[in-house]
Amino acid sequence: MNIVFAIVVLGVLGALFGFILAVASKIFEVKKDPREEAILSHLAGANCGGCGFPGCGGCAAAILAGDAPVTACAPAGAENAAAIAKIMGMEAPTGERQVAFVRCTGGTNAKKRFEYVGVKDCISATKVAGGPLECAFGCLGFGSCVNACQFGAMSIGPNGTAVVDPEKCTACMACASACPRHLIVSVPVSKKVHVGCANQDKGKAAMNVCATSCIGCGLCQKECKKDAIHVENGVAVIDYSKCVGCKLCTKVCPRDAILPVATAEEKEKYKAIKKAQAEKAKAAAEASASK
Amino acid sequence: MDQISNLLAITLAAILANNFIFSQFLGICPFLGVSKKVDTAVGMGIAVTFVMGLASAITWVVNQFILVKLDLMYMQTVAFILVIAALVQFIEMFLQKSMPSLYTALGVYLPLITTNCAVLGVALLNIQESYNFIESVVYGITGGIGFLLAIVLFASIRERLVFADYPKCFEGFPIALVTAGLMALAFMGFSGLKIW
Repeated sequence: MNIVFAIVVLGVLGALFGFILAVASKIFEVKKDPREEAILSHLAGANCGGCGFPGCGGCAAAILAGDAPVTACAPAGAENAAAIAKIMGMEAPTGERQVAFVRCTGGTNAKKRFEYVGVKDCISATKVAGGPLECAFGCLGFGSCVNACQFGAMSIGPNGTAVVDPEKCTACMACASACPRHLIVSVPVSKKVHVGCANQDKGKAAMNVCATSCIGCGLCQKECKKDAIHVENGVAVIDYSKCVGCKLCTKVCPRDAILPVATAEEKEKYKAIKKAQAEKAKAAAEASASK
Repeated sequence: MDQISNLLAITLAAILANNFIFSQFLGICPFLGVSKKVDTAVGMGIAVTFVMGLASAITWVVNQFILVKLDLMYMQTVAFILVIAALVQFIEMFLQKSMPSLYTALGVYLPLITTNCAVLGVALLNIQESYNFIESVVYGITGGIGFLLAIVLFASIRERLVFADYPKCFEGFPIALVTAGLMALAFMGFSGLKIW
């Protein structure tokens, strides 16, 4: 009986306070811009913080105030950005969906300087004598980015480096700010050819630290028919506005640093084709010379 | 006269000797969270003082006229949480309407007063010390002033700390916690304080 009594008393107290609050909310009602609600409904609602504002509410307020672009919420995608642009009375932004990409395929291929036994966190690891990897640019594989990802799109791949699941990735780039080595960049989702290395050392220095490092040899640059890949600061970088995904660069890369890595067979085949072409050209040149 | 000296004793104890933060360690969350700038610290301190005073009054009434009368003393904690939650919600609405700048400055910490243990603490301590209504309200307000004093002192130290040269690994909360610890030690000096 006592317990029923207690419940009733507390229930009545709660109802009373509820009633007072309901009345107060009418009296102290603040007229909010209805657009803020509308914008908020088009954001991802994950409160991931990728936009740099405190939660989705903060982002909506910033978009409304003009402090953030209508595309500030990457996870919401292009459709929602267009919807927000409409609410704000602006043109719909163009551009395809971006995804994050980790510029390292080192992992088990990379040489280690020492066995790190501290806290399993990339930032902590880099604080110990510059990190356990011989390579000063490579992915440490402790998964700080995996923890930063609110969408379950990141994982540590089979060879010990972080990998992105493009299906789940929303390009919020929370991982990029978590990575102490700044390895994560956003790339257009349709592009499939990427340079899987960020090592800016050249030649031997890069070769010694990792089996799949870009040594800046420039073979890919020579091979590219579209002028889409260039060696910059000792590492190949793809210009995604020009790349057509022909994968010729992957076939000539002596270090298997360009993804998707071409198999030995493909490389041989391509070599044979090139050789045949070269011979044909030579023969044609000789023929024209003898005429 | 006796009444006044009694209230004075409560006041001094609440502000200095039994400071809510430095000797009772209640309300540490907003103390660390909103103490980066003196302006917001003052705002938070005033808000907490206000809530603590009001909560003391209302919880005393609720306790005396509802819980004691109905022999439901064991429901104090639950009932007080209910009161405080409703009160904070009310104040939030009030601030949003009448002082929007303070509302935005306090941000997420305003609703967090709901879970500020200093507020629940003062309500429960009032009962424990069997204070009467006036004593409760005075204890609530002066406890809040003690909080205000602590957070403003702390915020002004933290503002200067930004320019201090300390090891990088202390950056942020570590150095703040060290500072808070030293301030708590300093406030221990008040514990011998007694008025006649």
